[in-house]
Parts: sequence; C-alpha cells; structure tokens
Amino acid sequence: MAQFFQPIVLGISLGFVARFYMLRVDYRMYPTFPHGYQIHLSLGLIAAALGAVAIPALKTKDYAAVTFLALAAQQFRDIRNMERDSLVSLEPLELVGRGAAYIDGIAKVFEARNYLAMLTALITSGTALYINGWIALLIGIAAIILSSKLMKGEVVGNIAKVESGELYFEGADLFVSGVQIMNVGLKASREMIRENGLGVVIEPKDDNARETLGMIGQRQAIAHTAASVLGIRKDTDTQEFTPLIRRNINTGRIVMAIVPVEKDTEALIEAVNRTPVLENNKRCPLKTQAGRIAED
Amino acid sequence: MDTRLADTILAVVTTDRDKVGGGAPIFYTENEYELEKVANILQRATTSMAHDLGNGVYILVKH
Repeated sequence: MAQFFQPIVLGISLGFVARFYMLRVDYRMYPTFPHGYQIHLSLGLIAAALGAVAIPALKTKDYAAVTFLALAAQQFRDIRNMERDSLVSLEPLELVGRGAAYIDGIAKVFEARNYLAMLTALITSGTALYINGWIALLIGIAAIILSSKLMKGEVVGNIAKVESGELYFEGADLFVSGVQIMNVGLKASREMIRENGLGVVIEPKDDNARETLGMIGQRQAIAHTAASVLGIRKDTDTQEFTPLIRRNINTGRIVMAIVPVEKDTEALIEAVNRTPVLENNKRCPLKTQAGRIAED
Repeated sequence: MDTRLADTILAVVTTDRDKVGGGAPIFYTENEYELEKVANILQRATTSMAHDLGNGVYILVKH
C-alpha cells in the first residue's frame, strides 16, 4: 500500500491544482464567489481523487475500482445539468440575458474541466508510479498548462474585425451604419439613444465567421458581454434600451446598438473583441467543397 | 408557469380616430404632446415598447 501513497497524493494534488487553475474570477462573476467556487473545488477534488487511484487500482488487479471511473463520469454529467438549470432559472432576472447558447457553453465547460482534473490526476499518478515523483510533478504541471491552453476557445476578435459604427435615426427608425435596428416610438427615448448610444460594426473575416456570427445565440452573447462590461442604461420598463444586434442580410456583417453607462467606443470594441465564440454556434461551411466553391 | 404575451400589440395610441380600429385597446389623444405622454405611461405600465408608425399612430408591443 505504501508504494501507492506518493502517486495517489501527487495525483490528487495536481488534479486539484488543475481544477483550481481553471477557476478564475472575471467580469462574468461566474461561478459565483465564494459558494460557487467551493462547490466546484469540492467536485474537482473528487474528480482528482478518482483519477489518481485508477492506475494503482489496476496495478493491484482491482478492476472493480476502475469501473467506478465510468460511474463517476455519469455523476459529473450532472454538473452540466446543475449549471444549466441554475443559469436558466436566473436568466429572466438579467437585464440583458446570456441566451441559451451561452448558458449551454458555460455548462459544458464546467463538466469538461472536471474531466481535465481527472485526466491530470491520472497521468500524474501513473508517472509517479512507473517513473518517479519529480518527473510526475513536471508532467502534471505540463498537463495543467496544456489543458488550459488547448481548452481556450476563440474570441470574436479572432474571427471578425470590430469597428465603431455610425448610429443615427431616420424618423423613428434607429440605424447603425446603414442597417435598420428598430423603431423607437418615444421622442425622449430617441433623444437618449442619440446622446448616449454607441454603434459597432462586426465584419466577419471569412465565410465561417459570417455564419457563426449570424447565429442568434452568438449575437446574444456579444450583447450580454458588452452590457456587463460597460454597464447598461436600461431598466425593466425601458425595453427600447436593450442592446440589439442586427445583420446586414446582403453582406453578413452584423451591427449592434447599445446605450452603455460608460460611453466609450474603445472599451466597447474591446468588450466585443473579447466575447467568446460559442462552441455550439460555430459553423464551418469552408470545410465542405460546396462551401469553398460558394466562397469565390 | 409564467405565461406572457410576446410580440403582440397591447394598445394603440393615436390622435387620428380615422386611422385605427380593431381589437387592441385604443387611446385617443388631443395632440402630439399628449400622445407622447400617454404612450410613455402605457409603455412603462405594461413593460412594452412604443413604436411610431409615422402616421400619428403609436402601437405598444411587448417583445
């Protein structure tokens, strides 16, 4: 039993560190601090423990213990549902909602990160058992860095060029750089938008980006991010100040009108640039021959 | 379960009696100032949005 002590402790420790490293507080305030954190760290510890004991269990020919890994995977699937349910129930209470696609993305990430913690623990304990503790430590750290690098998704800035757009009214109709956004009936609201509103134009870099940015879930994620970074001049009884994103149906370019608390174009462009490209909204027509023919 | 109306005309506010009719509640106003004021109050009370049809008729739509 003593021979397994070091591999298991190393595996659990590095698996736990992996989970901890992947939890970071940012503008999204998700997971919530401190209780949301505590939940995910505890689950991360369990995942790391499961990963760390798998190879020692196999070595002692305790195959039943390994089947527990499969059982555990089932349990971790519940994390995704837990996150999704909680975010969906909070959605009506957001001034600018995240949208179902963003919520699904967040939920998936939480599930996947536990598997990464489990995998890091498994690799570390295996290396410690068959090679030695120091090499296991290095391999574990490399696994943490590699997994956080590989799991880093794209952001809107990678697939599109974001520029400031001209926001103006034609009668009661609000436009941003030639694309009609909405009809605003009240003169006072129009004045407010004219004075404090900002417009951005998001120009897709290729056909893949054009289709991805056209997805409603992706647009909602951009609006949510911009509103949470710059603040939003909106209350529950002023729907006209909801940030709206519309698409130029001829070019695929998308435009957004927003009435932020901080009227700062540069900050808005940066916020849009940093919005994650949602995994479930990604479209790749250029991967097909038909898509490539259609491109030119 | 919370059931709500969406993308439906909740009310019509107008200064011109000849231009409107139908099922939604209609509010007649004397002038443009009153039109704006009534539309604003209705918009906030019903958490909907006023749209200007450009012919002296405002509709309140819940989105």
